[in-house]
This record gives sequence, C-alpha cells and structure tokens, in this order.
Amino acid sequence: MIDHARYATLKPRAFSYWLLLLLCAAMVGIGGYCALAMEHAGHIITGMNNHIVWGLPHVFAVSLIVAASGALNGASLSSVFGLPHYKPVARLSVILSMCLLIGGLLVLVLDLGRPDRLIVAMTTYNFRSIFAWNIFLYTGFLAVGVCYLWMMMESRFNRHTVVAGRVAFAWRIVLTTGTGCIFGFLVGRNALDSALLAPLFIALSLVMGMAVLVLFFVILDRWHSPVLNVQLLQSLRRLQVWFLLSLVYFSVVHHLTNLYATEHHLVERHTLTGDLSGVFWLGHILVGVLLPLSLLTIRSINVGEISRLVISALLSLIGAMALLYVVIIGSQSTPQTLFPGKTVLNSQFGDAGFSAYQPSIWEWGLGGGGIAVALLLCLMLLRILPLLPERLPEIPTRPDRSEK
Amino acid sequence: MSSSAPNQNNAQIARRSFLQRLGLLGVAAVAAPALLPTDSNGQITTLKGVSDKHRWGLLIDSSKCAAGCDACVRGCNEEHGISSTGNDDTDAQWIRKIDLKDNLTGQLSSLPMMCQHCDSAPCVDVCPTGASFKRADGVVLVNKHTCIGCRYCVMACPYKARSFIHEPLTDQKSWAPRGQGTVESCTLCVHRIDEDNEQQPACAVACTDEAHSAILFGDLNDPNSDISKAMVERQGLQVRSDFDLNTGVRYTKL
Repeated sequence: MIDHARYATLKPRAFSYWLLLLLCAAMVGIGGYCALAMEHAGHIITGMNNHIVWGLPHVFAVSLIVAASGALNGASLSSVFGLPHYKPVARLSVILSMCLLIGGLLVLVLDLGRPDRLIVAMTTYNFRSIFAWNIFLYTGFLAVGVCYLWMMMESRFNRHTVVAGRVAFAWRIVLTTGTGCIFGFLVGRNALDSALLAPLFIALSLVMGMAVLVLFFVILDRWHSPVLNVQLLQSLRRLQVWFLLSLVYFSVVHHLTNLYATEHHLVERHTLTGDLSGVFWLGHILVGVLLPLSLLTIRSINVGEISRLVISALLSLIGAMALLYVVIIGSQSTPQTLFPGKTVLNSQFGDAGFSAYQPSIWEWGLGGGGIAVALLLCLMLLRILPLLPERLPEIPTRPDRSEK
Repeated sequence: MSSSAPNQNNAQIARRSFLQRLGLLGVAAVAAPALLPTDSNGQITTLKGVSDKHRWGLLIDSSKCAAGCDACVRGCNEEHGISSTGNDDTDAQWIRKIDLKDNLTGQLSSLPMMCQHCDSAPCVDVCPTGASFKRADGVVLVNKHTCIGCRYCVMACPYKARSFIHEPLTDQKSWAPRGQGTVESCTLCVHRIDEDNEQQPACAVACTDEAHSAILFGDLNDPNSDISKAMVERQGLQVRSDFDLNTGVRYTKL
C-alpha cells in the first residue's frame, strides 16, 4: 500500500507559530528551573509530603503519557482500521504521540528524588516491578513509533505500514494497561486496588488522545491548510462521543463496585462527598464528560462550528486531568486501613484522618514544562520532517475552501 | 588508494576484535550475577554471616504498650540520627505510635507501627531498580546507592512504613546512612544484628528501659528462641493478615 499523497514541512508565516514557539521555549526554561530547584533544595519546596508522595507532577506526567498513547488514534484508525480520511494525518498523529510521551517521561524523571541516577533506572531492573516493565514499554513505544513513521515516510517500505501500525496499536494498548496497572497493583490502597483501572486508563487515553489530536489539527489547519475536512471532523466528533461514553462507563462501574464493598466506603466518601468531590463532580463528570458530550451531540459539527469541537476537546482534557487528580491524589489523601474493625484515636503520623495537599508553584512549573517540551519538540519536528499533507486527495474539501 | 587498503583491513580487524571483546564482556556481565552464591530463596548471600538460617523479627505485646509513651520512637530516632524539623508530614517516620479503639468492644490499645519486614514485601516487588530488597535473614532494607527516589515503594507499602527524605540531611550516623531524595524505613537495627546477634534493636531496648518490655526481638526460625516460644504461647498476629505477606513483626492482644 504505497502512500501516493505528498507531504511537506511546515513553512510558517503566521505570527502565532513563532509566538507559540517562544512561549513553549520560555515554559521549558521555567520547567527546567523548577526541576533544578527541586533537585537542589529537595522535595521540601513542593506541596508533597510523606502522605502524598506522588503529587501534581505525577498528574501531569501520567496525563501526558496517557494522552501520548491516545494520540496514536489518528494513525491507528488509518493503518489498523483502514479509514482513508485519517491517512493524510497519520504521520502527524505518530509524531505528536512520541512528543507527548517524551514530555511526560521528562516530568516523571525530573520528579524523581534522585534524577541524577537515571542511568541506574536504565541499567538495573527488577522484573517483578510493573514500573520496570513500564520503562521498557515507554522506550519501546518510542522505538516502535520511529519505525512506524519510517515505514510511512519511506516509499520503499510503505507496504509494511499496516504491520507497523498493528504493532504500534498493540503496543499502546499494553502501554496504557501497564500505566493503569502501576496504580491498580497497589493492594494496600483501597482507592487503587482494582483491575478496572487498566481499562479505565485505556478509555482515558482514547479521550485525551482524541482531544489533543483535535487541538493539534485545528492549529495546523490554521498554519498549513488543508489538514481538516468535513469527513475528518465528523469522524473525530463521533469517535470522541463513544470514547467519552466508555470513559464514564468505566468510571461509574469503578465507583459502584467500590460502593458495594464496605472496606472502600471511606475512599468513596472522600471522593464523592469529601474534599475531592468538587474535582470529581465538577472536574471529571461535568467539565470532562457531560459538557463535551452535550457540545458534541447537540447536532453534527459543520466546518463553521469547529469551535464547538475545540471547546469540547479542551473540556475533555481538563476533565481527564481532574480524574487523574482524583485517582492519584485521592488515593493517597485517604488514610490506609491498617486495623479493620478498629478506630484510630491517635497517630503520630496521620493514620486517623485525611491528608491535605496543596501543590506548589514548582510543581506547576515542572508539569507545565513537560507540556511545553512536548509542544516545542513537535513544532520543531514539523519544520524538519515532511509530515503535513500537501493536499487531501479523494476526500471532499472543506466547503469554505472550495468556495474561494 | 592502495596503501590505505591494508590500513582499512587492519581497522576492520581491530573493530571486529573490539566488538568480540565487547560481546564477551556483555555475556560476562549478564552471567555474573547467576554465578553468585544464593540461598534457597534466591537471595544473594555474599554478606558475611547473613543467611536464611535466621529470620529476625519482633513480637509486640500491645497490652504492655502504654498509650502516651513514645520511648521506642525516641530510641529509634536517637539511634539513627533522625531529628525533627518541626514538620511531621515531611519528617522521616521509621516508627510511630498509634492508639486504637475496638469498634465492637470499645477496648483501647496502643502499639508501635514500623516496617513489618514482610516475607513477600510489596516494596521489594514494586521497586524498579531492586533498591528495596530483603536480606536472606528477612530484614527488608533500601540500597541507598540504587534508590532513585521514585516513591513507588511508599505507595505500595500497606503499613505506611516508608519515608521519603525531602531535604538535605546533616549529622548522620555512620551506621545508618541516609540521603536526600531516597526512601528509608526501619532497618530492624541491622547494624546491631550484624555486629552481634544477641543485641536488641534500639526500640526494644528503649521499651525495656521504660519498664514496659512490650517489644521482643529474636530469631523466628529458632524454635527455642524467646520470641518463637512467645509467638506460640500468645499467638502473634499479623497486621492486615489478609494480605498474606508473612510479616516478621507480629502483635499480641491486638
């Protein structure tokens, strides 16, 4: 299956490209400074403590990693599911996916207590650890992504694109399952001890991936048309509706099973009616699911209504991060049950009550830096590699363009 | 051109030889750990005197543990150079006191909680670099040289027994190396064990000094040891026995 479409590098004339590039570079600088400060002074300058050991940087890192897996949707829909209208944007999908993963991994690494020992993590493995397996899954994903892109870009190897696409698709499913299992394997934490976290994370990756693809395509369409057309827009809308429904399905089932088990009631009370209820109900359910679903299902999206798709994508991303905040922070702020059947009257180390967490500016900086690295890398690669379709063959062009 | 051909050939041979040596080195590096002596659990037993003949543990009698007394905590902190910064949330907590009330009977109890030195330790399972490890004699420790500070073990510990070091440390004890950005927990005073099997951990000594004698240390593998006999007589229970971790720290009158 030879790809006859022609591709070009990004030749930006828009002021907004340079502005975004500059903003990203500045944010990368800020993120780097925050990481240096955290390494020098220690995590004492963050809002994390020995109750909440994984804080906001983990929320950002996991968001980026999960979104990276989902961003491959565009390429998978073309290579694996044979949807022709995704073919022109398949390269963009792969490159965005890899950049997001690099951004997420960078945040994860720089949030380590000893980031200078990265070489230890890369050379000393405990294969009983799902964390160690994930190191292979993440680096492997990058390698598979490079091969996949190579098969797409080198006309001699185009016939292998489908195989590479299937491998990449399988890999991203395993990768997201592995990321979900990092949390799901923690039997000592009532909020996390669930196999449902793996499919929940897969649904989350589909939602986040589709949302970042929409934003990415819309921005590129402004700088370098044509990237979007009606067919692609409608497909993105329909798929995002299904992905959002699958996310809320797994989320509801997760909480219902927890509500059924008495041992999980404390966690559920904390999430549904306690300190995190605002993040859960407003962030995850309202902003992350109900509003985007409403925007996407009122009526089908026409070209003039791209803003509806963009807003729903932004809301989905905010909601997805809110859900990850509830999963990651909520699981730690709820006291661990050490003595079932007993009430903790006093503890020298907060076994009796919920723990508070207030992220510091350093954590926001590091997390934002990760997003900026992903974007910056992407913007630069778009200028180097021919990733953008020069035209969209055999697909109806956008009405507003055909009129011109 | 003709003179460069032999040089090129030599360079190829040299490169091939280099690659061969590199390959041999790689095979040796992979095979070496497999050649190290291990015990029945697959633990490396290069440390002198450490073997699975012993399994060190504690038996804590919560009926003897007095509410409001934290002598064990102070003893541990003093022994290992753990000082308070005034922020309990970020300070290291190798051992802590917990007061409990039974929901049915209303019975009150008090006990110290520390690393339970599990046989199937979740912290050891999840550590990506293997820095969290269990010695052949059952003591669970952190290798300070390979801990990368990912805190996954803190997340995995069902007993909240691990602490991450949030800030620079000073005045460390030579027998208790600690470090900013790494994780630590109760070592069962392993330096005392390695020096002399008859020595008691600092918490047990402090408890005895306060005339409570609630903490009994000894060899769980020796059926004639005081701890083994007491374990049989008083039925030492595991905290969260449902996890089936076969803890080295047991409690009575829980």
